Amino acid sequence: MSTLPTLRAVVSRDLLLYVRRPGEWLTPLMFFVMVTLVFPLGLSPDPVMLATIAPGLIWVAALLASLVSLNVLFGPDFDDGALEELVLSEESLTLIALARVFAHWLVTGLPLVILAPFMAVFFGFPEAGREYLVITLLLGTPVLSLLGAIGAALTVSLRAGGMLVPILILPLAVPVLIFGAKGVALAVDGEVVSGPLYMLGFLLALGLSLGPLAIAGALRISLE
Amino acid sequence: MTNTADFLLTVDGLSILRGPRYLCRDLEFSARAGALVHVRGPNGSGKTSLMRTLAGLALAESGSIKWFGQPLKSSNAEQRANFAYLGHANGLKSGLTPRENLRFSAALNDGDTWKTIDTVLEKLDVLKQANLPCRFLSAGQKRRVAFARIANSTRTVWLLDEPFTCLDATGIASVTGLIGEKLKQGGLVIMSSHQEIPLISDRLVQVNLESVQ
Repeated sequence: MSTLPTLRAVVSRDLLLYVRRPGEWLTPLMFFVMVTLVFPLGLSPDPVMLATIAPGLIWVAALLASLVSLNVLFGPDFDDGALEELVLSEESLTLIALARVFAHWLVTGLPLVILAPFMAVFFGFPEAGREYLVITLLLGTPVLSLLGAIGAALTVSLRAGGMLVPILILPLAVPVLIFGAKGVALAVDGEVVSGPLYMLGFLLALGLSLGPLAIAGALRISLE
Repeated sequence: MTNTADFLLTVDGLSILRGPRYLCRDLEFSARAGALVHVRGPNGSGKTSLMRTLAGLALAESGSIKWFGQPLKSSNAEQRANFAYLGHANGLKSGLTPRENLRFSAALNDGDTWKTIDTVLEKLDVLKQANLPCRFLSAGQKRRVAFARIANSTRTVWLLDEPFTCLDATGIASVTGLIGEKLKQGGLVIMSSHQEIPLISDRLVQVNLESVQ
């Protein structure tokens, strides 16, 4: 079986669709930028206080932005029937699901990782923490995408599914948030960061290995 | 007793439950290569559910579906690779052109090729629209492109759920022609339609679903 060309076709089709409909993924990005911009303006302009809350705030904004981006992951394909074709492909649905989450992460997760250090400037973020902000987000946003995809796949056939996803996903996403924000906070204080980083790496490995299986199962149930 | 392995597809005692109601009970039919199975029945009698069950998208409540005498399992990728399914929804991405849509389908399925895409689009008279995003196509043109996706497929069994929806007379004629070609090649076509189908197969199997009480 020609697995790799098939998966490449899935990723490139998704990217082509994202390029043609930029609104779908620019909205969560704008959301991230707005939230991180508005907080320093709304809070007191005390640089010490801002730098203290910055890791948590940027991470919360990233988590919310990834939740906002989920409705475009499977929803349109469910509506126009393209999802059935994916499910009926002889290619493993697990791998197809992984390819789709990867394409989705490329347009919704990766830009957050790239934008975050610039947004950190607004918080007077110390130089020391910036590098780890990128690393923790690089490890954490794929986990958020995978978790979100499970929720999106489970609720794709429901009318008000959009409201249900955050409720389903937030409890699972909390460890990512805690370890991500803690890692950055430790780096800002100049302490050893390896603990939270290992935990994020562990969550990523867990998400990559079990997430696609859960997404494929959820998609099958949703289509029935 | 006939040997079930002679038949491509054997459906035996199939019952489909949808919500609280049985849509069909103890449905039985079998089809050899080259057969056209025409599923008929009033609205709501379970034609789509039967198609989805045969495609492996939905589970039957009881009964068996056999492929060359072997039970058909939706988890068996090798068996599933014999079925091409056209549902009510066209399965086309409105942001992609017909050609891009068909290329993606061909990439998704082993054995399908890009080379025949233009020929198929031409037969269905949508070649001129091949580079136009699908959202600019009319409902009938979209249906033609959706059928072109199936027609380009090398899979043995075509499951067509109301393939003639939105099609004009020439559209119906070209679709019927392509179905006829498939049957001549030894394929099996299972379709639901309210219309009478022109006799294009000497192996016509009628499946009549009754309205649900």
